[in-house]
This record gives sequence, structure tokens and C-alpha cells, in this order.
Amino acid sequence: MTSELIDSLRKGNRLALSRILSQVENRTDAGIAALEELFLETGTAQKIGITGPPGSGKSTLVNALARELRRREPDKKVAIIAVDPSSPFTGGALLGDRVRMLDLQDDKQIFIRSMASRGALGGLAEQTEALSQVFDAAGYGFILIETVGAGQSEVDVVNLAHTTIVVDTPGTGDDIQSIKAGILEIADILVVNKADRPGADQSVTHLRNMVEMGYNRSVINGKHHLEDFQESTTQEITSTDWIPPVLKTVASEFQGIKELTDALLNHSAYLRQSGQWHAKDRAAIRANIRHQLIANLLNDFNQNVPSELVDSLIERAQKRAISPNEAVRELLAYNRNNTLESSE
Amino acid sequence: MTEKKIRVLIAKPGLDGHDRGAKVVARALRDDGMEVIYTGLRQTPEMIAEAALQEDVDVVGLSILSGAHNALVPQVIAKLNENGQTDVVLFLGGIIPEDDIQTLLEQGVYKVYGPGTDTREVCKDIHEAVKAKA
Repeated sequence: MTSELIDSLRKGNRLALSRILSQVENRTDAGIAALEELFLETGTAQKIGITGPPGSGKSTLVNALARELRRREPDKKVAIIAVDPSSPFTGGALLGDRVRMLDLQDDKQIFIRSMASRGALGGLAEQTEALSQVFDAAGYGFILIETVGAGQSEVDVVNLAHTTIVVDTPGTGDDIQSIKAGILEIADILVVNKADRPGADQSVTHLRNMVEMGYNRSVINGKHHLEDFQESTTQEITSTDWIPPVLKTVASEFQGIKELTDALLNHSAYLRQSGQWHAKDRAAIRANIRHQLIANLLNDFNQNVPSELVDSLIERAQKRAISPNEAVRELLAYNRNNTLESSE
Repeated sequence: MTEKKIRVLIAKPGLDGHDRGAKVVARALRDDGMEVIYTGLRQTPEMIAEAALQEDVDVVGLSILSGAHNALVPQVIAKLNENGQTDVVLFLGGIIPEDDIQTLLEQGVYKVYGPGTDTREVCKDIHEAVKAKA
């Protein structure tokens, strides 16, 4: 069943692709098996993250960008993964990004998939990266990943995107907002959308100042907020050649989209020439492995350690007989001993 | 392992611009824990089938208040079948004359809802239909 589906996907069957995306999103056994196989065929797509506050025009920008990318590179298929939040109370979601992407429905080389965040908090869903891998294996050359409306710290997209576009609108804050840490730091390209509104030039100036003051240093010192896995990724991300451009767009009128696409293709060329493409790929894989490792270790722990022990330690901590730190030490010791016994 | 979510496409085919009902139903299904993909106004049957394919939905809900249901619904069904999505459950809401309902059901519509429908009934029907399909 699954191998038939995978064969159909390789032949370009879009229903098979869609079915596999669901299996992968739901982490079914078939989905996990499919992903293990398909991952080996990934690595060619340019993954582009689009993030920014709610209402800044991300979906409309994605709509315009996808059209322009198809016009510029007609041989490449475009995938769009649009993430919207799930309700924290009911788990339901209303996924409305397609409403802004009606221009794209006639082009069979564009595939739009809506995703609910399903409780994840970093601006993406748990399986967004996995879905992007399926699209990559299915031969989609550009994968646009639109995050949920993001505030200041939903920056997970940087872990999987080659290029991160941060979208803002005029008048959303003074220069103090723009020098705060967080979302603006992750941008490879900054966009002031709705630039026909008052204050656009001022926003551009603020952002340019921020880029000039802060960007180089944060990259040299840091890990570019890429999650590291044991050792630092500093050696992997060191180049300082790329200075994020700040661009004005009116996505609904298709203004500034050519320039944005230029910047995107320039960034792609820069990544390949500088070795950053390879480095980002490595960092993404590192983050992926680390993430899965943590999930699995926690799962093993929950199976090894009886909940009664956890409860009793919580009780002792609440009576102030031990500290939470000691409780953790005891749990880890129990887990270690238990694991040793079972492996003998 | 993630619990399997029911995915529903809510679409308005044809030219009428009255999307209040579609939005109320979309909201009710969301509050019931479903993942609802909303596509907006003036969709052609091709566009609806295409969205259903890309989103791999279990259910498609159509809202038609223009009176064009006898023309539009068979086209949507044909396009879904053409794409291989023969197992999608199709619901219809709107102003549908009693005489047309039986025909639409025979054509493959799972259920037809008129004005004043309790959204809890819609939720219950969807759960049952998806369960029966699995």
C-alpha cells in the first residue's frame, strides 16, 4: 500500500503526494516509513520561510511570490505549506490562508497545503519540516513555508529554512521595537509590506539601522539562534557576507515582488557559493535529530519510570522535604538503573 | 502518536456572495475540534476539487444560496471522482427546495441542510459519516 503510494508520488501523482502528506502529518506507521525512505531523496529544494505578525500580509505575499517564482523559473514546481494556529481549547483550527491564494489554483505546478499548528508554539507545526521533506522528495524546487502570525519569539522556521523572510508593516513600533532580540534577527530578507500606507519609509529606515548595527555581530558571536546539538554550530554558521536587504512591497498590487524575488534568488546563489547551503542543511539535520532524540528519550523515560514514583517525589517536594532538583536527580538515577537492568 | 483529526473543506461554489452561513458552520466545526479549510467565495467546481485534493480532506461542505445547486453539485462530484477522491463525504447547505433534495442525495450528497439547522447536528453527522467511511 505505502510503497505503491510512494511510487505514484515519484511519478508525480498529486493525490498520492497528498495522502502521504497526511500520513506523515499524523505520524502513522506508514507515514514514518514513507518519510524514512523519502528523506534519502531530499536536499535539492530551496526552503523559504515567511514569518511576521498576524495581518502583515504573509499569505498575500506568498501568493505573489509563488506566481513570480513560477514565471521566473518555469521548470521548478512550487509547494506552499501554510500554518495556522490550532485552538488550545478544542484542538480545532480554521485554516484560511488559501483565501488569499486564489490566483494560484489554476497552476498545477503549485501545491498548497494548509496545516494546523496542533499545539506547537514556535510558529510551525510539529511535522512542518517533515512535510517539507516530502515535497522536496516529490521534486518541488521551491518550498514556501508560511508560519502562524508570529510575535517576537516564534522563530522555529529558521531551523529549517534556507532563506527566512520577515514581513512587517508600517507603523508597528518605534526603533526600540526593532532593536529588541527575536524575530527581526532571524531575517535574511526584511519586507515592509503594505508600503502604500503612511510611515513606510520610516519603518524601512528603522530596519536598515537595525541591520547595520546588529546583524554582523550576532552572526559572528552566535549560532544565529539555530538550535545546537551538544557542540556549538558556530563553525557551521560563520559567514558575514550577506547583509539582509530591507524591501518595500504592496503584495496585493504585486508591487515590489520582482525585487523581492531577485533578493531571494540572490540569497540562494549566495548560500551555494559561500558554503552556507551545506552548513544550513547540516544545522537543520542536527536540530531535527536532537528534537527527535529528546522526544524519544522522554518517551523511554515515561515507560521506564512508574508514575507513582513521580507522584511521590512531587508530594515530597510540595512538603518542602526535597527540592525539585533533587527529585529530578532521583528520577534520573531510577531511570538509569532500570535501563541497565533491562539491557542485561 | 497524534490523534487523527477530521479535515473539512468549506467552499462556496457559484456566484452568490452570501458567506455568513458557511462561516458559521466553519466556526462550529472548528469548535468541535475539526481542522477546517476555508476557501472563500466564488469557487468553480474545479477549484473546489483541486483544494480538496491538495488538502486531503475527509469531508467537503458546500454552501449554495443561488439556486444553482442542481448544476453545481454534480460538477463538484464529477471533479472529485475524476481526481480519484471517491471517498470524500459531501455535505450541502443552503436554500434547497424539498423536491431537489432526493435527487441530490441519489447523486451522492451525504446530507442536505436548510436554514435553522442546529450546527451540533452537522458535527454529529460528520463524525458518523467519517467513522463509517474508515
